[in-house]
Amino acid sequence: MDNEKLSLPQYDIPEDIQNAVAITTLDRLYNWGRRSSVWPLMFGLACCAIEMIAAQASRYDMARFGMEVMRPTPRQADMMLVSGTVTKKMVPAIIRLYNQMPEPKYVVAMGACASGGGPFKEGYNVVAGIDKFLPVDVYIPGCPPTPQALIAGMIKLQEKIDRQSIKKVSWYNGKTKEDTNFVPIPILGPDLIDPRRSAEIKAAATVQEGA
Amino acid sequence: MMTAPVQTQTVDLVARFPGVVAAETRPGYTGFVVEKEKLVEVATALRDEFGYDLLTAVTAVDYLPENKMEVVYHAYKTTGGPGLVFRVQVPRVDPVEVPSLIHVYPGVDLQEREAWDLMGIRFTGHPDLRRILMWEGYEGHPLRKDWKEPFYEEEAKPFKSRWPEGKHILAEERNPFNDNLKFPPNFDPEKWVPDNEESLYAALKRYTVESEDGMNTDRIVVNMGPHHPSTHGVFRAALTLDGETIVGLKPVVGYLHRNHDKIGERNTFLQNMPYTDRLDYFNSMSNNLAYAITVEKLMNIPVAERAEYIRVIMAELSRVQNHLIFIGMLLNDLGAMYTPALYAFEERELILDIFEEVSGARMMCNYLRFGGVVRDVSPAAMHKIKDLVFDRLPAKTDEMERLLAENEVLVARLKGVRVVDAETAVKYSVTGPVLRAAGVPYDIRRADPYSIYDRFDFDVAVRQNGDMYDNFMIRVDEIRQSLRILGQAVKQIPDGPINSQKPQYQVRVPAGEAYGRIESPKGELAFYVVSNGKPNPWRYHVRPASFVNITCLEQMCIGTKIQDFVALLGMLDIVMGELDR
Ligand code: SF4
Repeated sequence: MDNEKLSLPQYDIPEDIQNAVAITTLDRLYNWGRRSSVWPLMFGLACCAIEMIAAQASRYDMARFGMEVMRPTPRQADMMLVSGTVTKKMVPAIIRLYNQMPEPKYVVAMGACASGGGPFKEGYNVVAGIDKFLPVDVYIPGCPPTPQALIAGMIKLQEKIDRQSIKKVSWYNGKTKEDTNFVPIPILGPDLIDPRRSAEIKAAATVQEGA
Repeated sequence: MMTAPVQTQTVDLVARFPGVVAAETRPGYTGFVVEKEKLVEVATALRDEFGYDLLTAVTAVDYLPENKMEVVYHAYKTTGGPGLVFRVQVPRVDPVEVPSLIHVYPGVDLQEREAWDLMGIRFTGHPDLRRILMWEGYEGHPLRKDWKEPFYEEEAKPFKSRWPEGKHILAEERNPFNDNLKFPPNFDPEKWVPDNEESLYAALKRYTVESEDGMNTDRIVVNMGPHHPSTHGVFRAALTLDGETIVGLKPVVGYLHRNHDKIGERNTFLQNMPYTDRLDYFNSMSNNLAYAITVEKLMNIPVAERAEYIRVIMAELSRVQNHLIFIGMLLNDLGAMYTPALYAFEERELILDIFEEVSGARMMCNYLRFGGVVRDVSPAAMHKIKDLVFDRLPAKTDEMERLLAENEVLVARLKGVRVVDAETAVKYSVTGPVLRAAGVPYDIRRADPYSIYDRFDFDVAVRQNGDMYDNFMIRVDEIRQSLRILGQAVKQIPDGPINSQKPQYQVRVPAGEAYGRIESPKGELAFYVVSNGKPNPWRYHVRPASFVNITCLEQMCIGTKIQDFVALLGMLDIVMGELDR
């Protein structure tokens, strides 16, 4: 059965108990709970973080979407809002935070910088988008995205959560004890070393010599 | 009309140091060239005999064609007046060595480390010369003119077509590692031993003196940041604690180093304007202003009268908004979670509405142009500004003060907690509200006026005690003074053109150097730009207030309790975009 049908069960409830009983699916209930209390990691990188704060503050008030509880510790956070330029010097810390977040976890790339390097892409200390390291769920364009755009992105994330099914999600499949989302932490060398790409880097560095 | 002020040499250094100091002769340059061997001696005389007690900027320029490196110093007097430029020239042969001025002007500490990191200039006598914006082990000194970044495309913008034959080539495709990476030939990642910040902890080691009064006390090193809710971004401090007392501290920065200088030197002059927005991202208008007046100095062009007023209005609105946020965030840091900050953000939104209306963007305004501004302020926007300036903001400032200034808990928390005293502040090149709260009435708007600030009637806010309470209250005072300036500006603003120049993409900038400084809400924000007559700056350096102000952080914190650290850091009002650039 696909998700859409699962979420809208066609059961007839007898009229006399209609105001006492509601029938829904476990998925829907579970996702409703999760989507209405996405706790972001209190985590600002650059200019975009200021718009993130503005979205939390008086006029825009993200609390309306259950997203006002910023957690300073990754252990209690559901969503990492990468709000700003990711630099090579910072990326090991970001990955470490990500690895410490419990499943289910989401990553939102806010702004041009987090999505692809933005205006600073050509800089020598800039990672051209957090998706070089982390799986990104929602990209929000803008430099910085306005609070409205940020909220629109959050609603997209909620839609994504709505479509997940408890039967399929990786964090319940019980097949492996290991964290399937673990990302090896990059090393600061002469330049940023991604351990997953060591062999590739070595090969390219040797070719460079020959050329 | 603003014209470039004629730099009058009030100091005759050449006569004082014959044979050691020579007057600068290159056209477009001012100041003195000092022999490297006598630099410390000359600097000491400047400070002690001539009264240049505030060394604001140290930076280096790589004159590759002439095969030499230059270190440029900008010194000012805290009593006001124009500054003095002196420089040292050394051959461009490694190791490039220049004596450190850290014992004359301790404020050069971090700036010298930056010049070492990015330019590879070894300051002899500097006790802790480590990389600062990049990490130990990084390959090369990025700001040298013969160093190329991994995504290097061409020497200068505008680049050739990005669509050769109608097809886009990704930057990644041109790089052998398929990414923003560059490794030395034959590099083997598996054999790499990272530095693990040993040198940082070694710098802290001197505080681990043991065995006092016969008892061994353990001192622990605590790292705060770069992910810490109260460090205002990705700031990190490594602290040594003796019990709860801070006995050592090293700021660790560079987590948001976005290479403004390098990108800026590839850009054309005008292309840098939107980049300045992203320095102190709370105050893009002030950043624009500092950059615009620097380049205008170089170009020697006037600014349209109406535009001058618009600039002042925008810069002062920006200051009001910045200080409101400062108060909100400070209270956040102290534990009054959110409520004061929400009050502050309410007003900030109204000011941002105006920015959005005139420039099209809330935060990244990119509003100023050389010679004026890019769009006029509509009557409707002017009306909104007047409402804010005459009604809403004064009332709200009073309300803020009424709610907070006499709050018993807050007063008990802030009063008498030392931030910094005047002497230390000047020694460490601290500028802005922190310096004024310590009793030094140094405000560049008065001390060395730029734009049209000499026309307005306002007082330099100053407080005497230099404690946390004064640092907090001075922000309120400054909001009031800004509102005073705003009130005069919106009344006096004339009609007329908004730019003295024709709109143009490529400005012609004659060869020379310029150092333009403004009193940004956080302190002295300055740009040092060297042009060689080409469409791109040869050297583009930002002298940010936040970065230089944290030089003093160690002095401020030693001897205080760890609980005060967050508040002390908050007092400096740092913003990482500007600090790390
Ligand atoms: S996308 Fe723009 S606003 Fe956001 S961090 Fe990058 S430069 Fe700053």
